[in-house]
Amino acid sequence: MKRVVITGAGTINALGHNVAETLVAMRSGTCGIGALEFRDVERLAITIGGQVKGFEAEGHFNRQQMTLYDRFTQFTLMAAKEAISQSGIEFSGALADRAGVVLGTAGGGVSTWDDNYRAVYEEGKNRVHPFVVPKLMNNAACSHVSMEYNLRGPSFTVSTACASSNHAMAQAYQMVRSGMSPVMVTGGSESMLCFGGIKAWEGLRVMSKDACRPFSANRNGMVQGEGAGIFVFEEYEHARARGAEILVEVIGYAMSSDAADIVMPSKQGAARAIAGALRDAQISGDQVGYINAHGTGTAANDKTECAAVADVFGPHADRLMMSSTKSMHGHLIGATGAVELLACIMALRDGVIAPTIGYEEFDPECALDIVPNEARDAKVDVALSNAFAFGGLNAVIALKKV
Amino acid sequence: MTDIKDRVIQIIAEQAVLDPSDVTLASTLDSLGIDSLGLVEAIFAIEEAFDISIPFNANEPENSEFDIASVASIVAGIEKLVVEQRA
Repeated sequence: MKRVVITGAGTINALGHNVAETLVAMRSGTCGIGALEFRDVERLAITIGGQVKGFEAEGHFNRQQMTLYDRFTQFTLMAAKEAISQSGIEFSGALADRAGVVLGTAGGGVSTWDDNYRAVYEEGKNRVHPFVVPKLMNNAACSHVSMEYNLRGPSFTVSTACASSNHAMAQAYQMVRSGMSPVMVTGGSESMLCFGGIKAWEGLRVMSKDACRPFSANRNGMVQGEGAGIFVFEEYEHARARGAEILVEVIGYAMSSDAADIVMPSKQGAARAIAGALRDAQISGDQVGYINAHGTGTAANDKTECAAVADVFGPHADRLMMSSTKSMHGHLIGATGAVELLACIMALRDGVIAPTIGYEEFDPECALDIVPNEARDAKVDVALSNAFAFGGLNAVIALKKV
Repeated sequence: MTDIKDRVIQIIAEQAVLDPSDVTLASTLDSLGIDSLGLVEAIFAIEEAFDISIPFNANEPENSEFDIASVASIVAGIEKLVVEQRA
């Protein structure tokens, strides 16, 4: 088995348009959640979200590209550019033939669906742009990254709702670890902050109207975000040979299915994924210093997740730190695991634990150290990133300091 | 107002897969075997039936302005909303 390291990271989300801005915001406990701005927002009951502000696609992409790039593809390409540029890698020849892209998204081009349904149903138009299909398809972002960077190896998109990115990164990790590919570009992207996207979520009645307060007794639901997180996963010797800077090492992962309920989380399913990741990484629970929680801020997720962590780690659950950065950037659905991986990288590399902001009231069912409201300096050697999706599909990734 | 009561009971009974005669004003959702997902669906059906909007957040059912403690409290809440929202 090969060792796998991360040699590049990129992002765009409500906290920043790149990794540096995002980490500064996480460190200072900045809240990126605010009033949503888009057409018909006044017809929604939920009007807050972690929206990417101040991003003008026009400056980055030409007219022809704009007709093909949904917002989720634009986010992906911005983050991929940052990640691949940081890694300093160029894909050509035999490397290009083996290097691929595995990305996660839950909804793909949601706003393209929304805009065009509006045109044909509400406005009564009988014609749509010829590129609607290639623009909205879930694999559009993956394909554009592969075209932009000449990645000609195994490439595809994974869609497992809120665990999409973690499933994608687990797959990319497995491909590098097994020797199938020396380098994989991976992560995820999501952009469903549009009228139809939020209206659908509203129906489920699990969204908060005021704030995302994970683990707080007075939490009242999730808040949606948008953006992308992209990483370069590279075989260790390959990265060393070209003198690349190594950010962290990926040491294991596990996936599980609750096989129980389409929306209610299961403690057993979550615990099996967490324990499985420890086993796969060949580490004991007490080596884990930080967990980036799924921590959605819903009543059900947070107590279930805390119970699962308590079950897996036993007494060590009280010593480790677990925070939910969704309190700051919102829930990026299919991209959430990718953006949250940045908090794990910050913990391992910089020794800074991102806080769970908006924490107001102790909940006995979430009695772990959730790093309330303020970032903390701490030395961490191993970190986990949890993602538990609707549909009961779970994926946990383990990272280690290099 | 009897009309509201009967229609609400009908909707709740359908959600619980019971005969309306098995649902009384004293019944609780728990006793009828309606889980959180069933409740959200029942609220949606009631909103559609009466063309009203019910303030309900599944994360804090006990704190919502809308009282779901029993069928009686649900009916009372809807009667109030119908008056308010049709005014």
